[in-house]
Amino acid sequence: MTSVAGTRLVLRGRGIVPGRVAGRALVSHETISGWGGIEPATGTIIERRHELYGVCFTGKVLVFPGAKGSSGWSGFFQSTRLMGTAPLAMVFTNLTTKAALGAIVTRVPTVTEFDDDPVAKITTGDRVEVDADNGLVVVYGPRPGHPR
Amino acid sequence: MVTLTDEEKAMRDGRDGDAVAAAMDLLIRYADALGAAHLCETRNVAGTNTQPSPAKTKLFEEGGWSKAFAVISLDCDDDIEVPPMKVPTCQLQHGFGDDALGIMPYSERNIELQADAESFYSSKGVNVLATCTPYQVGNLPTYGEHIAWMESSAVVYANSVLGARTNCEGGASTGSASITGRIPCWGNHLVENRYGTHLIESGLRMTGFQDWGMFGYFVGDAVQEARPVMVGDLGQPDLADLKHFGAAAASSGGVEMYHIPGRTPDAPTLEAAFGGAAPPEPLRYGEAERRAIYDSLNSIGNSEDIDFVLIGCPHASLEQIGRVARALEGRTLSAGTELWVMTPRALRAVSDRNGWTATIERAGGRVLTDSCPAMSRVAPTGTKVFATDSAKQAHYLPAILGIEAWFGTTEECVDAAVTGRWRGSLTPAAVVR
Repeated sequence: MTSVAGTRLVLRGRGIVPGRVAGRALVSHETISGWGGIEPATGTIIERRHELYGVCFTGKVLVFPGAKGSSGWSGFFQSTRLMGTAPLAMVFTNLTTKAALGAIVTRVPTVTEFDDDPVAKITTGDRVEVDADNGLVVVYGPRPGHPR
Repeated sequence: MVTLTDEEKAMRDGRDGDAVAAAMDLLIRYADALGAAHLCETRNVAGTNTQPSPAKTKLFEEGGWSKAFAVISLDCDDDIEVPPMKVPTCQLQHGFGDDALGIMPYSERNIELQADAESFYSSKGVNVLATCTPYQVGNLPTYGEHIAWMESSAVVYANSVLGARTNCEGGASTGSASITGRIPCWGNHLVENRYGTHLIESGLRMTGFQDWGMFGYFVGDAVQEARPVMVGDLGQPDLADLKHFGAAAASSGGVEMYHIPGRTPDAPTLEAAFGGAAPPEPLRYGEAERRAIYDSLNSIGNSEDIDFVLIGCPHASLEQIGRVARALEGRTLSAGTELWVMTPRALRAVSDRNGWTATIERAGGRVLTDSCPAMSRVAPTGTKVFATDSAKQAHYLPAILGIEAWFGTTEECVDAAVTGRWRGSLTPAAVVR
């Protein structure tokens, strides 16, 4: 996989929900709340103090440092699955019960426990491939063949 | 891979039926995601099944409560029958019940659905405590007990104040624990993960309930998901103070465990709090930090015309209800301003007997149960600006309802309900050094 043309970077971690998808990254530098932090009906961040206030994560590879706040975290992300607004994949830095259970019940490919910090290395808009079967995240940059 | 006992393998393999097998499957996937070596036995689960949500209503309409339990509480798509709870399990706070009728724009359909869910789940053995503070009303874990709790404010209270052991669980893990008596033995269940990671040195004595909330909000923001140890001449906190402190720290951050040496049971001394390791360099909490927290919690307030005052997040203790009743004695709320005190139904019964409910109602306020504006996403009709003495509610409610928030003392909030105006200001700090 590291020999693919245009590859920028491979982050190695541990897959905790299997599967393999490719899509655009949405990077949050701040931790994310589930309950009180997202609206499952629309798949958006609703915490007013948050850097991604009003931004929709549906269909994106959601890259974030970890989960914060209420234990409703997993239930709210599970609701995004049930209401069709889930992210495409999850890539996060800090493994906690909230984030782990949330990823499982959202049923999207998820990788964590990286050799390098995905939040620092991935930029919103990057094309990324999440290979949770092998614990890899391949970052291609925003446009094929172009430097970021 | 998690190692299972023979008993756990039998449950996984279907000895106790499809639902238990599905629950074990979820617990195994969860344990493996965490990297847990094994599961722990638990006989104390606090979760949520009865709280209405759009996704749950849809599942209920498709296949009844069994379908909703399978998908939401077990992450299972099969048709299963909900077995009796294997271990004591309580329902945490959920939506509003009957007492909401006619006083707030809350869906009657949700009230009906929740009442139906209550009947169903109580027939399966769920104790309907209906509060975010089960430790106030009949579920008080013992020191060292492995428990499986949701509700971040209850989790941090159970770990830190009671010395019980729980991670911040979710709907599917508590659902699975309730019918298996198992939960991944990881994180806060293991002694080595309970020692302090950060030292917070306060130069201020806490002057009361508001101060403990602001201090908690500071600490959560400073340490995020880590385990802070607070030192200084803090004064003696009571149940409500630590309830507020932990809830705030679990809102601005993800604190699940803290120590106050000499006050909390895992830390008789500073040395014990850090497990014998040298304490790290301290972070300071002084007047400037306290002011910044106060300003942050009040940054979403603009209009000083108060429509709504909320007391009791987490659910009010008896002493808090009594304080509101005393502050309202012989007074009347401003026309157009509502005041709600949220408390567990069991404590409301005591409030009724004490005459406090009558005092609050005579003034025009209400003592409500089961829920809160944030859980039920509801406030009195037309609310644009609210005031609260809870750092947690000030943190969450503006995002959930799109309204402005003021944060102050309990007495300032009662004053705002009586005058209809916000006149709060930061009380002077008690500087120790």
